[in-house]
Amino acid sequence: MRDQRRAQIDRWISQGSWQEALAGLNELLAVEGLSNATAAFTGGRYEKLRSHISLVPYKVAILRSFTVEPVVPILRVAGFGNGLDLTVHVGEFNVYAQEILNEASALYGFDPQTVILAVDTRSLAPDLWSEYADLTSRDAESVVARVSQQFTDWVQAFRRYSKAHLIVHELEAPAFPAMGVSDGQGDGQGDGPSAAGQRQRIAEINGRLRTLARETRGVYTLDYQGLVSRHGSDNWNDERKWRSVRLPIAAPHLPDLAREWLRYLQPLSGRVAKVAVLDLDNTLWGGVVGEDGLAGVRLGSEHPGAAYQVFQRALLDLARRGILLAVASKNNPADAMEVLEKHDGMLLRPKHFAAMRINWNDKATSLREIAAELNVGVDSLAFLDDNPVERQRVRGELPEVMVVDLPEDPWQYATTVRACPFFERLSLSEEDRHRSEYYAAEKQRVALEASSSTREDFLGSLEQVAEIAPVNAVTLARVAQLTQKTNQFNVTTRRYSEQQISAMADDPTCQVLSIRVKDRYCDNGLVGVAVTRDTGAVCTIDTFLLSCRVIGRGVEAAFLAHLAEQAHLRGKVRLEGWFLPTKKNAPAREFYSAHGFEQIREEPQGTLWALDLETKGAAWPEWITRGPGVEVTA
Amino acid sequence: MTGPVWEQVIQIAADVLGAERASLDEHSGPEKIESWDSVQHLNLMLALESHFSLQFDPDEMDKMTTLGKITQVIQAHAGSPSSS
Repeated sequence: MRDQRRAQIDRWISQGSWQEALAGLNELLAVEGLSNATAAFTGGRYEKLRSHISLVPYKVAILRSFTVEPVVPILRVAGFGNGLDLTVHVGEFNVYAQEILNEASALYGFDPQTVILAVDTRSLAPDLWSEYADLTSRDAESVVARVSQQFTDWVQAFRRYSKAHLIVHELEAPAFPAMGVSDGQGDGQGDGPSAAGQRQRIAEINGRLRTLARETRGVYTLDYQGLVSRHGSDNWNDERKWRSVRLPIAAPHLPDLAREWLRYLQPLSGRVAKVAVLDLDNTLWGGVVGEDGLAGVRLGSEHPGAAYQVFQRALLDLARRGILLAVASKNNPADAMEVLEKHDGMLLRPKHFAAMRINWNDKATSLREIAAELNVGVDSLAFLDDNPVERQRVRGELPEVMVVDLPEDPWQYATTVRACPFFERLSLSEEDRHRSEYYAAEKQRVALEASSSTREDFLGSLEQVAEIAPVNAVTLARVAQLTQKTNQFNVTTRRYSEQQISAMADDPTCQVLSIRVKDRYCDNGLVGVAVTRDTGAVCTIDTFLLSCRVIGRGVEAAFLAHLAEQAHLRGKVRLEGWFLPTKKNAPAREFYSAHGFEQIREEPQGTLWALDLETKGAAWPEWITRGPGVEVTA
Repeated sequence: MTGPVWEQVIQIAADVLGAERASLDEHSGPEKIESWDSVQHLNLMLALESHFSLQFDPDEMDKMTTLGKITQVIQAHAGSPSSS
């Protein structure tokens, strides 16, 4: 089987059947698991597919105090499987401090998008790791101060020289403190090493590191102790390897380190799932409702069926992160809805699902329909189904869907979802927390539109209020997030990090604005971003985007009218903007022509449009009320 | 060489070294295979450790200079009480 699978993949590659080869490689990793052995085979094959499949290119630098070379091929393979084409720069052994502090170092020359600072306690604070028994309380305090100061110096220098993201490994404590069970048990008096405790000292450094990360934009910490604990430090650490090849981690856990890094790299690169599409039978509950009936399916807080409730709790947590839930199930709708609406064990109810497809269509059709209904790309969907045959068919038919391999044991469903990088977010906005409510409100709007006699009636009765404001400390994360994630109504699709947005906001020739829209059903939150730049008498639109939630309600007209008014007030005579077509931004294609712009240039990459502000301008739509921050000008 | 351990060793070595299976035999080692450098040697050791669920001693790693010798070390583990 193993040999056949490999031979088939090589055949597909030699025939140029790239999608089949990709699905085959992803299946191989799902079945055989990620390891140095499978990474070696799949890495070489992914390499041949690179230029034929759609991947997000991303540059990562790893600064380290230990051997990470064997982790890099595993990381790249895991990235390929998740839609990322990672270019990895590994810093020289143990010269991480020089690399960070020297603006001319190879690190900054590489121009990474994310840097991982993987420094371990053994190297950075050997006195805290293995010589703790020799320290006085004062010595230990000074080590804590020294190490914390080093981290501060590094993070500050990094932020000065680079706009990249930085992920810093927190420090691990030894499994056995030097002073045994007395560690940290004293009354805090005296001068002995156990007074504050070895683990406590290391925790202090980590606490300061987390504070530093919170206070520095684009810096995050990685809970290394938590990572080790999940797998057990007896299994994770390999002292022999550390002493012989400077690799402190046992072979079976190298993939776990790579996967942990991906939990950060996936959201930082923007390749994440917006929707989790779920199967029902044997996924949300045990058994098949069509055969077992409402009373027969296994689901509840006790055995049998508790595993499924634990899984549903994990899914509710995803919804709180802003990930929409949807259903794609082959079932009789009446049977399935009865469980969803009435079963006592269900934590998820119909209101939690932004879209449902319960029918006998194949899953690929349902996934396409769900993407269309929710106005997202198919590549924003994650698919969770207990049936490996369904998963493999979706991989084959819709290679851009993120297929999550649920293990056979339902008790592992919840941890699989919690560990899955597609569902990670590094900063959560208010919009994320309330996203599922927005979609519930959208269903009411659709009903209103259906009952309105004309489109004007509908737009008027929505009672929309738009607030427009320059980006500020509170909205920065959401503004950057929108530039990262918005694909459809986006005229230039330029992606910006928080650091870049912040730099533009400080530039006096640049305006970074956000728009918030409320209507009779809900506060839609911050749904649009515009960046404009003044040059002489011309104001150029660098970025203009709207969340798909508010497309088709005239919000873009209001936002544009504001940009035009403001530019005119600043003495500009013309408003210009590029439309740069992508595979996905067709909804924005008519934007300029529909608002009175004229095309003045055509280049291979796109078209340039202009609006005369002296004679034409742009009108504010009468069915939208101007909220705070949107001054009315004559 | 024959046997289940040998079959698995040669398959993993082919994957890690990016070599055709048919081009490898029990005498294959860093001297004979161009792609078998120190990084690939470590990768091969780690691949074998995770595949066979064992840990090699630094002493053993020094001895594992050909696929034949690698197989002998793994077989010795399989025969010892500490192996899984």
